[in-house]
Amino acid sequence: MARHISTQRRALNTASAWTVALILFFPILWTVLTSFKPEAQAVASPPIFLGFDWTLQNYVDVNEQRDYFRYFVNSIIIALGSTAFGLVLAVPAAWSMAFVPGRKTKDLLMWMLSTKMMPAVGVLVPIYLLFKTLGLLDTRFGMVLVLTLMNLPIIVWMLYTYFKEIPGEILEAARMDGASLRSEILYVLTPMAVPGIASTVLLNIILAWNEAFWTINLTVTDAAPLTKFIAGFSSPQGLFYAKLSAASTMAIAPILIMGWFSQKQLVRGLTFGAVK
Amino acid sequence: MATQSSRSAARLMLSPTVILLLVWMIVPLAMTLWFSLKRYNLLYPDRTGFNDFGNYTRFVLSPAFGGAVVNTLILVVGVLVITVVLGILIALLIDQPIWGQGIVRILVISPFFIMPPVAALIWKNMFMNPTNGLFAEAAKLLGMAPIDFLGQAPLASIILIVAWQWLPFATLILLTALQSLSSEELEAAEMDGAGAIQRFWYIMLPHLARAITVVVLIQTIFLLGIFGEILVTTNGGPGTASTTLPYLIYKEALLDFDVGTAAAGGVVAVILANIVAFFLMRAIGKNLDA
Amino acid sequence: MTVSLRALLGATAFVALTGAAFAETTITVATVNNGDMIRMQGLMDDFYAKNPDIKVEWVTLEENVLRQNVTTDIATNGGQYDVLTIGTYEVPIWGKQGWLASLNDLPADYDVDDLLPAIRGGLTVDGNLMASPFYGESSMVMYRKDLMDAAGLTMPDAPTWADIETAAKAMTNKDAEQYGICLRGKAGWGENMAFLTAMSNSFGASWFDMDWKPQFDSAEWKATLDTYLGLMTNYGPPGASNNGFNENLTLFQQGKCGMWIDATVAASFVTGKDSTVADKVGFALAPDNGLGKRGNWLWAWSLAIPASSQKQDAAKAFINWATNKDYLALVASKEGWANVPPGTRTSLYSNPEYASIGFAKMTIDSINAADPNAPTVKPVPYVGVQFVAIPEFQGLGTTVGQEFSAALAGQKTADEALAAAQAAVTDEMTAAGYIK
Repeated sequence: MARHISTQRRALNTASAWTVALILFFPILWTVLTSFKPEAQAVASPPIFLGFDWTLQNYVDVNEQRDYFRYFVNSIIIALGSTAFGLVLAVPAAWSMAFVPGRKTKDLLMWMLSTKMMPAVGVLVPIYLLFKTLGLLDTRFGMVLVLTLMNLPIIVWMLYTYFKEIPGEILEAARMDGASLRSEILYVLTPMAVPGIASTVLLNIILAWNEAFWTINLTVTDAAPLTKFIAGFSSPQGLFYAKLSAASTMAIAPILIMGWFSQKQLVRGLTFGAVK
Repeated sequence: MATQSSRSAARLMLSPTVILLLVWMIVPLAMTLWFSLKRYNLLYPDRTGFNDFGNYTRFVLSPAFGGAVVNTLILVVGVLVITVVLGILIALLIDQPIWGQGIVRILVISPFFIMPPVAALIWKNMFMNPTNGLFAEAAKLLGMAPIDFLGQAPLASIILIVAWQWLPFATLILLTALQSLSSEELEAAEMDGAGAIQRFWYIMLPHLARAITVVVLIQTIFLLGIFGEILVTTNGGPGTASTTLPYLIYKEALLDFDVGTAAAGGVVAVILANIVAFFLMRAIGKNLDA
Repeated sequence: MTVSLRALLGATAFVALTGAAFAETTITVATVNNGDMIRMQGLMDDFYAKNPDIKVEWVTLEENVLRQNVTTDIATNGGQYDVLTIGTYEVPIWGKQGWLASLNDLPADYDVDDLLPAIRGGLTVDGNLMASPFYGESSMVMYRKDLMDAAGLTMPDAPTWADIETAAKAMTNKDAEQYGICLRGKAGWGENMAFLTAMSNSFGASWFDMDWKPQFDSAEWKATLDTYLGLMTNYGPPGASNNGFNENLTLFQQGKCGMWIDATVAASFVTGKDSTVADKVGFALAPDNGLGKRGNWLWAWSLAIPASSQKQDAAKAFINWATNKDYLALVASKEGWANVPPGTRTSLYSNPEYASIGFAKMTIDSINAADPNAPTVKPVPYVGVQFVAIPEFQGLGTTVGQEFSAALAGQKTADEALAAAQAAVTDEMTAAGYIK
């Protein structure tokens, strides 16, 4: 909507947009600031905004207490693994739903979404027993599997809506040229769907990174990601705001930075078919 | 249009996902149904046997149940209203040409990247704490008595925290929808003398209907299961003021370790969720038809 | 540079050597994120030097998450942990289930007879030691000497609840954000109910009578709750219904509390470096009402081995190291006596260096004043001072805790909260088969 507006109007819009943005961002900013404070100043009254004794001690302490890198690697593996696995499953499924729709396609989609309605905590013990029997407790593969299944309905739906946008004529044309089904998907569809796939990937990574029930309850050490890392800092004895802030900053920084850099992709692609 | 071969190929491509999801649904569901009929407490391995519907009646007739259902609905509806209304307003605002648009968008969507436990811990300790939280400090600065958010308005406080987490998601989807609105349509309406409010009401809002539906649908699915934020902030209290259905199940499963009753609670929650979904689809589902 | 290079080479050689010489056993140890546990993780070099063939993997979690993870695992026989950190609440229950390995055969230098009798009693099931205490605690009164002086009062070493009320009133100045007393209010069986259950003992109340009938309709519980609500409403800080140990610790360290009744382990924090009132704190026993029981609890974070662990020997070697007298000496030599995990061994309190620490005597007196096997004025069928050692207690305690925190938040009256507690507990106990 490139409309011409007056500079005054633009200044007003800018001011209000920045105000809103800063309010929404403030809790994160405050956490990051607090992570650089000595514990005693983190609870000082009145609060100190910038004029505190900046220190990296909290980060040192947090790293001495826990091996951050290990949790970080697990988070990466679980997030990327479940995304890759999810795509392998979801792309063909969404393709067939979009281009060879049956009468039940929409019901199928809704059914997939409904598999997410069982409250996780109600099925914890069944899943725990199942994982124990299969030897999947505290394994990265087990976590990848769970998170793939958790997010699969969402990414199938997202991809389905993108694929539906792709005009059928292009497919017809490709088919006339004698392209096989495989090359049809590989060379015709996929490139057209790349923006959609990109934002699907991003969303899935975010959801997997932040999942905090299964990752806490089905892991011990080998597969424990950053959500478990945080669970050890939530309420120790003594003052802990600054160390909690440092640990939080370390847990959210990777995904936050990824989100910032891919903001354009995300804004463009996150539609769920909301745009016709 | 589709040939027989492409139809079977399509079925082949669909089947891994469907089969996996089917297994993922059926196996835990079957186990849950099975456990829900049995006496099964982790802390009493020797108590076994069928309990018929005893677990169900215990769960449904427990004094906290009715309130928990209501609280769950309030939580879901509250977060939906806040995220949709503010989401539209913010989307409208940041869709305008402004200076520093990229940075503003980054700031606005940032809360979406924060892990739920981290978000709950930040809000609880550093903002809502009535003695040294920032809100209390701000109140003192203004000469007012600090409000004990989590004690006096626990559910509203949790709604605020969850809404903060989901607002970026709503804003993003609404923003993409807004950007697809053709400016000619709006300009034509402007020419016809439609005011800003009329343009919003008669052109933008209908255009956003589909996006709003998507936001409502997806968020509802996630919001119905929320309990981690409650666990971190209020423990369901004071009293049962912020006890929701998932929290009640959590209490059975991980405080009492009564797997039977927790399973019954899970089944009840699934049934209720499906009722909600049914009415939701009746009410707004038509917006999703192509 | 050269030093670190040599160290690196040395380490590599060491690893190569041990790799060849031993089959390394890795044990997984689950711990709570308390200061003493974190400190232990920093002292592991000593353990590795003595046990080069054992490697320890830590799982450090917040108390509630730890409890739910560990319980799920041990009850489903998941076998994910080799050493568990559990409390005096779990030990009798899990010990009876046969889920824990007996620690009777620890080496002689463990010196089991040196353990404090009250603590050891709480960790022994049918004559077998089921867990080894890592640190023990009771609760006591921490108060501001300067504020008491200013008010012209002195705190007796063994105050009554009336003394506490007088002192709370005298030290309260809400305009200056000065609150006479800070107590736990956050709902939870290990939060407000730990305090209130212990407090109720000193009022002659109990959770159950000998027939497992709940007692929340008794005059003693009414007196307990009325006193608690009266203190907190008149002299307590705002928002107390969400205050737990940490919140109150923060308030006290900032000088906003005149008194605080909580775990003895808090003493080292309120006199520590983060505290603005470190040199002004006095200690007293938890209050009583002249009925023969004081309002203090007894807790020990202890190390135990799941019966299902495949690495019993390595796990025992670790527990022996972590809870031995030598470990106390090790901490003292590296971090000073004030940081030694308290409340487990008689020998620690007969050590003159340790006895010179301000809170040492009051801690041991408090621990000795609690008896988990006879916690209440009237006889009861259960074990446990601030808890009832039955599996239902986590759920029951949390339900009742929610009612009492609602009363503190002003959403219910004391009578409504007690009636709701009585009804909920009666239901639960009937369903669980205690009440026939």
